[in-house]
Amino acid sequence: MQVRVVAFGIAKDILGANTLLVSISPESTVSDLKNFLCENYPAFNKLRSFSIALNTTYADDNAAIQATDEVVIIPPVSGG
Amino acid sequence: MKKNIALSSSPLSIETCIRLAESEQAGAIDVFIGTVRDQTEGRKVTHLEFEAYEPMAIAEMDKIAEAMAARWPIISVVIHHRTGFLKIGDVAVVIAVATPHRKAAFEACQYAIDTLKQTVPIWKKEVFEGGAVWIAAHP
Repeated sequence: MQVRVVAFGIAKDILGANTLLVSISPESTVSDLKNFLCENYPAFNKLRSFSIALNTTYADDNAAIQATDEVVIIPPVSGG
Repeated sequence: MKKNIALSSSPLSIETCIRLAESEQAGAIDVFIGTVRDQTEGRKVTHLEFEAYEPMAIAEMDKIAEAMAARWPIISVVIHHRTGFLKIGDVAVVIAVATPHRKAAFEACQYAIDTLKQTVPIWKKEVFEGGAVWIAAHP
C-alpha cells in the first residue's frame, strides 16, 4: 500500500521535502515505518527521538497503519 | 471549566488571555508568558520561527486542559501559542489559569507549560548570525 508521510521541523530538513510517498506492506506498523525512515534517511538515527502520529494522535510502535491514515513524523517538540 | 485554546500567526495579546480567564468564582489567575530571548549558549539569536502541526497541536493543548481539570479545581484555562516568525522579546506563548485559590493556579500553570513543551507538536528554529538550529532535535 502507498502511504503519504508528512514531515515537520527537522524531519522536513532530513527528507528535503514536506511529504514523502512510501510503499509499505499492507500490515505495516508504526515501528516498520520508523525502520524504513531510519534505513533510507540515517539522519533520523541521530535525533533525540521521533514519534509517528496517526490521524493527529501519537501512535504506539505496534499500531497498524492504514492507507487512509494521516501519517505525520513528529521529531522532538520545542514549543513554549 | 472554561477553555480557550488557540494557535496564532499574529502577535498574542496578554490582556486578552487574562480577560478570557477572568471569572467571578476565581480567587487567583496565574499567567505564564514565554518570550523570545536574545541568545542561547552564547550565540546571538536574530529571530526564531515556530512551526506547528496545527490540528494535532490544538488537540494536544486541549488534552493538557482536560488533564489540568482532572487534577485541580480549574475554573478556566487559556493557552495561546504563536506560529511563524518572532523577533527578540516577542511573546511565544501565554497560559492563564483561574482557580478558587492561588496554590492550584500556580501548580496547574506550571504543569501546563511543562507538558506543552513535552507533547505539543510545535517546533522552534533559532536563527543565528550564520546558521540556524531546530531546538531539542539532537541529544
